[in-house]
Amino acid sequence: MSRLPSGGLIDRATRLAFSFDGKPFSGHPGDTLASALLAHDEKLFGRSFKYHRPRGVLSAGPEEPNALVALRSGARREPNIAATTIELFDGLEATSQNRYPSLRFDLLAVNSLLSPLFPAGFYYKTFMWPASFWEKVYEPIIRRAAGMGRASGEADPDAYARENLFCDVLVIGAGPAGLAAALAAGRRGARVVLCESDPLPGGRLLADPVEIEGQPAAYWLESVKTALHDCADVKLLTRTTVFGSYDHGTYAALERVADHKRQPSPHEPRQRYWRIVAKRAILAAGAIERLAVFGGNDRPGVMLSGAVRTYLNRFAVAPGQSAIVLTGGDDGWLTVAELRRHHIGVAAIIDRRSEISDAHTQLAARAGARVFAGAGVVGTQGAPVLSSVDVVDSAGERWRMPADLLAVSGGWTPSVHLASHLGAKPVWDESRAAFLAGKLPPGMVVVGAAAGNFATASCLAEGTRAGEAAAEDTGFSGPAAAVPVSDDATAENAKIWIIPGARQKAFVDLQHDVTDKDIALAHREGFVSVEHLKRYTTHGMATDQGKTGGVAGMAAMAALTGKSMAATGTTMFRPPFTPVAIGAFAGHHRGRDFRPYRLTPGHRWAQEQGAVWIETGPWLRAQWFPQAGETDWLQSVSREVVAVRSGVGVCDVSTLGKIEIVGPDAGALLDLLYTSTFSTLPVGRTRYGVMLREDGFVFDDGTTARLAPDRWVMTTTTANAPRVLQHMEFVHQVLRPDFHVAFVSVTDRWAQFAIAGPQSREVLAEVLDPGADISDRAFSFMACGTFDALGGVGARLFRISFSGERAYEIGVPAAHGDALLRRIMAAGTAQNIVPYGLEALGVMRIEKGHPAGGELNGQTTARDLGMAKLLSSKKDFVGRALAQRPALLDPQRPTLVGLRPLDRSARLRAGAHLLPPGAAARIENDEGFVSSVAFSPSLGHWIGLALLANGPARHGEQIRVYDPVRNSDLLAEVVAPCFIDPDGARLRG
Amino acid sequence: MRIVCPHCGERGNEEFFYLGAADLQRPAAEAPTEAWHDYVYQRDNPAGPHRELWQHWQGCRRWLVVTRDTRTHAIYAVADAAGARA
Repeated sequence: MSRLPSGGLIDRATRLAFSFDGKPFSGHPGDTLASALLAHDEKLFGRSFKYHRPRGVLSAGPEEPNALVALRSGARREPNIAATTIELFDGLEATSQNRYPSLRFDLLAVNSLLSPLFPAGFYYKTFMWPASFWEKVYEPIIRRAAGMGRASGEADPDAYARENLFCDVLVIGAGPAGLAAALAAGRRGARVVLCESDPLPGGRLLADPVEIEGQPAAYWLESVKTALHDCADVKLLTRTTVFGSYDHGTYAALERVADHKRQPSPHEPRQRYWRIVAKRAILAAGAIERLAVFGGNDRPGVMLSGAVRTYLNRFAVAPGQSAIVLTGGDDGWLTVAELRRHHIGVAAIIDRRSEISDAHTQLAARAGARVFAGAGVVGTQGAPVLSSVDVVDSAGERWRMPADLLAVSGGWTPSVHLASHLGAKPVWDESRAAFLAGKLPPGMVVVGAAAGNFATASCLAEGTRAGEAAAEDTGFSGPAAAVPVSDDATAENAKIWIIPGARQKAFVDLQHDVTDKDIALAHREGFVSVEHLKRYTTHGMATDQGKTGGVAGMAAMAALTGKSMAATGTTMFRPPFTPVAIGAFAGHHRGRDFRPYRLTPGHRWAQEQGAVWIETGPWLRAQWFPQAGETDWLQSVSREVVAVRSGVGVCDVSTLGKIEIVGPDAGALLDLLYTSTFSTLPVGRTRYGVMLREDGFVFDDGTTARLAPDRWVMTTTTANAPRVLQHMEFVHQVLRPDFHVAFVSVTDRWAQFAIAGPQSREVLAEVLDPGADISDRAFSFMACGTFDALGGVGARLFRISFSGERAYEIGVPAAHGDALLRRIMAAGTAQNIVPYGLEALGVMRIEKGHPAGGELNGQTTARDLGMAKLLSSKKDFVGRALAQRPALLDPQRPTLVGLRPLDRSARLRAGAHLLPPGAAARIENDEGFVSSVAFSPSLGHWIGLALLANGPARHGEQIRVYDPVRNSDLLAEVVAPCFIDPDGARLRG
Repeated sequence: MRIVCPHCGERGNEEFFYLGAADLQRPAAEAPTEAWHDYVYQRDNPAGPHRELWQHWQGCRRWLVVTRDTRTHAIYAVADAAGARA
């Protein structure tokens, strides 16, 4: 066991049981999965992506590239989670990834032997021959071999919340700098939100032996937590990662509400996505330690030196018993001191610098460690975990030193991601050996280690000043606060980059198995810009996004190209900072809650009748009403059509857009919107109209009724209702603000039902209140008017017909819709009235040749649809000019026709293409396509509407209807696009 | 992104609908086809401040002229479109 006898932020009194690869272990609250396994001397965590090399824990945080495991099982199974970020809970089950059959004996480790075949970008040059092998052999094999973990394949059972949060000051990171900033702003009364990824605030204070005000930092930490709690408006969100910064002070954060538990409590979201709008932001995100690049630097037992301190001090775990420290600066010596303090043997200290200070020499002596100055590490041994390290001293001599832990101190990279998401590239600072934030997002400042200032005193001072300034900027003044005293020694930030002389693989990106030779290959092949380097080698593209190896990769390319780090630069930073579950973005917008449902006033009644539903956008519309004994939708739909054409039916048409227009210029507006003239429409009449887009194509159609001299009601198609309203608002507000007119959507205000069929008037007479004159003389085809129904409820009546039968549409305020529908059904009992749905409506309009969705597809003109006579030559209207473009007047354009299959028993299918009989089925011979089809019970066979080149001139011709996707190939006769009552006698009664 | 609607105040961009260039003039009915072609299809694509039409469609439903920097999304001005167009 490697658990230290005392110390650590763990609850030693409580044991938690967990398993890894089926083997049982125990740990404590406060452990991560990584620390708990290291406490049990388990150092092998996974196999690397490409070469399947054994890998262990490198770090103690979300920057971990190696120890990726799958957590939980069943539907909650989640792959590729860094063991260093998993808070241990009782009953935790984790499994290692990317190995078969087991972690210790992975067959695919053979990839390592074949590694000369798999350099960076190998897939651009291999798997080319033979071409047929790609789909059948290469791709399936690559897909199985590639990737790391395996998803559960089941639906995510957890709920996710999305919330908005507004604040004066957002502080990102609760290390010393962030805590000082939040306190300074919070004390002044500003609304502060402080986000910290870790479950505990404190940052490096939880891992390093820092003193504040002469005492261990833990005391200051406690007092700050209390002080923040006492502030009027400070919200501390732990387990919350701010993962993206966006325009105008908008930030996205992910709170892991329940990931540290076995599963969420009932009604608790698993995670919460916060959209935070902050007037000011203070980036105190700290810094991430960098790995050095040397031979064998991926062996389990090689760790970041700061992480070693974290395991020792925060988790009370010794990551090894006999350590070697490789350092490029003073920070590594802090690890030497901590190892010694915890009685862990330090065999050697390899300092890249040739000058060793007296203090360090004495520390090494006390530790009994051999010091190699001006030296480096060039190799490691041990299978599967570290057993020895190859050192090259300043004279070039090689030494093999036994060790089971190699702590690497390669310097720190400030976490400037959130300062860079808006596109400003970070700038190389030679004195700090780091990329620092470039042009900052408006309202953001960077403090502490994130700004390259690593001393605790700097963090506290910068944080305090920034917090005060942010509070001041947002209107909260106050006296300047005193900054607590702490260590202010500023040491040089180490940089090691690549140590030459490696004979083993030296990794630059651990998660994607990218070595220094891959960087050199990219350079040879000409991929020298960092953006090309990244894509060609996949360096920095894994889930860790190059957090520990990114800068070394850039330094390697800089060395090869001879450019400076400043000139080499970084790749573009993009959110998210760490992976975010898709469920968190969706929030509750999933499944039935993806978007709201719109139900018509007739919905409940239709539901009672057993209607079959279809979604039209957010609306639920009844498709048909099956009756007992009906086994097939075609049976139900045909019955409904026959019933309407021979008797009477009722259909809920409430979903069609209705726009009420008032004002003296209403007519003028309609004249501009529609192709035909509406201003001359008499009161009490309705007219069909077509609207174009300004490019001359048909936009929408509908009817507009004039109920009073300056009151009109327009209908639109269901799907286009929002767009038509928007179009009208544009035309009025932007093109003709001089028009004295007002209009509003009343789609939801009115329930509307179509009563259609030869007996529709009899039923309507029973529905309206006594005294209504709806004789053909008083209320002829295309009339409109207001009447009372249901005992005094004001109704609107329109004698319009989509079905081609005598028909009336009656509208009442939506609250009376259900009652009206039931009244209509009761009134129609004598006539055997039937409810009919969308499908029957569709059959009937196709029988009449009325264009609808299939024809109004945004690519047809009024002329294509046989409506050229609706284009007024006397007035301007939207789309008029470009509708006259020669190409749109070409008769060879696909134009509306009807089709009857020669074999009357054959089925037509929409989408089939039209070809001359005998011509080869090639695109050059294509003459159009079938836009709508229906089985016509009136005719006893399938019919279609189609768009055919030069259609109107070809009635009587035979055409080939070709549908290779559904194996249909037949001949049809081209006919006029109206199969029933072309003179319209049934409409007029 | 956040836009300050002159009628409704500062709102998130999801409440708005973007159309495009704000200062186009609809040609006269009898203008030549080229003028209509330019109006419907041709657009400048400036890198910098751009006057453009947005509708506050989930709010007051007014069309607005927004001056936005296409490089940085900084918004310099917002005005109701009626009367604000060049």
